[in-house]
Amino acid sequence: MAQTSGAAAQPAFLQIQDVVKDFGGFKAVNNVSLDIAKGEIFALLGSSGCGKSTLLRMLAGFDTPTSGRIILNGQDLATLPPFQRPMNMMFQSYALFPHLTVWQNIAFGLQRESLPKAQVAEQVEAMLKLVQLGKFAQRKPHQLSGGQQQRVALARSLAKQPQMLLLDEPLGALDKKLREETQIELVNIIEQVGVTCVMVTHDQEEAMTMASRIAIMSEGRFLQVGAPGDIYETPATRFVADFIGNVNLMEGTLDSDQADHCLIGCADCRHYVGHGITGTEGMAVTVALRPEKITLGKDKPAGERGGFNQVQGTVKEMSYFGSFTVFHLQLASGARLKVSMANTQRHRDEDITWGDSVWAHWSESAHVVLTQ
Amino acid sequence: MNALKPLFTGRAFVIAVPLVFLLLFFLFPFFIVGKISVSEMDNVVFKDVLTYTDGVLSLALRFNNYIFITEDALYFKTYLASVKYAAATTVLCLLIGYPFAYFMARAKPTQQPALLMLVMLPFWTSFLLRVYAWRGLLTEGGWVADTLIALGLDQLLYSLGLISTPGKLMHTPFSLVLGMTYSYLPFMILPLFGNLAKMDLRLLEAAADLGATPWTAFWKITVPLSKAGIIAGSMLVFIPCVGEFVIPELLGGPETLMIGRVLWDEFFSNNDWPMASSVAVVMVLLIIVPLAIFNKYQAEAQERAR
Repeated sequence: MAQTSGAAAQPAFLQIQDVVKDFGGFKAVNNVSLDIAKGEIFALLGSSGCGKSTLLRMLAGFDTPTSGRIILNGQDLATLPPFQRPMNMMFQSYALFPHLTVWQNIAFGLQRESLPKAQVAEQVEAMLKLVQLGKFAQRKPHQLSGGQQQRVALARSLAKQPQMLLLDEPLGALDKKLREETQIELVNIIEQVGVTCVMVTHDQEEAMTMASRIAIMSEGRFLQVGAPGDIYETPATRFVADFIGNVNLMEGTLDSDQADHCLIGCADCRHYVGHGITGTEGMAVTVALRPEKITLGKDKPAGERGGFNQVQGTVKEMSYFGSFTVFHLQLASGARLKVSMANTQRHRDEDITWGDSVWAHWSESAHVVLTQ
Repeated sequence: MNALKPLFTGRAFVIAVPLVFLLLFFLFPFFIVGKISVSEMDNVVFKDVLTYTDGVLSLALRFNNYIFITEDALYFKTYLASVKYAAATTVLCLLIGYPFAYFMARAKPTQQPALLMLVMLPFWTSFLLRVYAWRGLLTEGGWVADTLIALGLDQLLYSLGLISTPGKLMHTPFSLVLGMTYSYLPFMILPLFGNLAKMDLRLLEAAADLGATPWTAFWKITVPLSKAGIIAGSMLVFIPCVGEFVIPELLGGPETLMIGRVLWDEFFSNNDWPMASSVAVVMVLLIIVPLAIFNKYQAEAQERAR
């Protein structure tokens, strides 16, 4: 994981400084700043219309920032048109040239630099080998499968050995099974080449598996930037907690805030959180609990410090996913609680099913307390 | 395999209607023309190819018209001239029409209907009138002629051999090609526009991203991808121009004898229908058939590339 942004002695490889993109009053990108280190795979994650693609297009040079600066390796990119930027992009749906063969597609960028023919050929062959498409060199794009087209697009964008690789929804056009295989293959190739990479995706799984750091974007702003694990386990806001993965959000009040713990009262249960937060007693907070951090049982648990971190509910829904099952419990207040249980045995001794009254409990380190 | 397949499906019917129309009004008349071309003239009418007299059924096919066409240099020269002027017109239409279609296709979607309307606007006036109007513009005293002469462009046209005397623009190859280019330009623009408007602009972004300047991207991406439109537009201009009669008649001169004029003369001055038909058949076989075959292969290649 390349998380070297802390070392501020040297400016970051890519610096995005206070960038704004205003489309006639609508701020698609609203004052974002970001440093990306060399060799990092960085993902911009957000739902459609959040501004992630606009930001990527500004990096590539297809859109110009209304204000702010983009600096790559010490060079301000503002005045550089796309065809002079030392970065290449792999387009969503690939944008392969339909009238050119695979070989010609990959060679296109190299031929623009008036390199000797032998050198172009050598580099194209190396790229074909990298993406294992050697025997398809003379095919036209329409004669290839989706996965093969994706690899041609990757080879084409890497052929010029760019300082930075931009990926726009790199796996969006592939079906689920192929996507999972390709995610790993793609990361392997990018790491093999060692290119710094910024990708845009709406698929959190894709972002989590591929990227070393993620920025969650919404309405043109970054909500949180961090490693996938940090964002999942310590989301900064309700929106991020809800956006990434499944979560139970419970509204409550901060009853007691000590250095080593805090107590939060909610409608259905009382939480004992194993760390203090910086808040004032009586303030409204949200407790975020991931479904997989809750345990279910038919019997009343021993209880965490006398009645904390447990709740009784009725099983209303069960969704079986093979490797795990998600139970939807209805609590006394009418709120729902999602609990996910790994199916570690083929048949459970204690089968929980629809209508059962069950106890859910969790540890004092399971929560995230959100104040915004 | 499928015994229950109905004899006349909707699909077959939809194809059958234009097919029957083409058979009835193109192929069948062409056979009649072919038949006339091998008939013998008998004073003012021509004889039937197939005759039955006194128990003798005789089929008489006279090919001497065709032989005459190959022997008399006039025909060869006029075919060549027709192809030459049609080709010049096609190239000019392409040079003017391509940029026009390009900017139309890249204009704001809200402006495109208006631009398209402008291209089609001339069709609202009679073709004959529009060609006639050029006579007024190009004869001595016409403002187009005066402007060109004032700018000294007649000297340039003269040195290029497009007019025979400086200061005289009418009835020259120049006025002929000008008139044909003007008349056929919409037929070049419309298919090109249709093609260019469909183009995926992300391909140009991809080209720019890979280091192509806008100029390179245009030649390496836009032009090859619009090949189908270029071919369609060129066919629509070239084929009718080869057989054009009205424009050479009104704007052309003695130097610009084209095959349409020869056809007219054979039909109406000499009243030699078999000869006229032979000229027409040769024109179709020499020019249209090779082009049709070329077009077919192009279309197949396009289809494969999808």
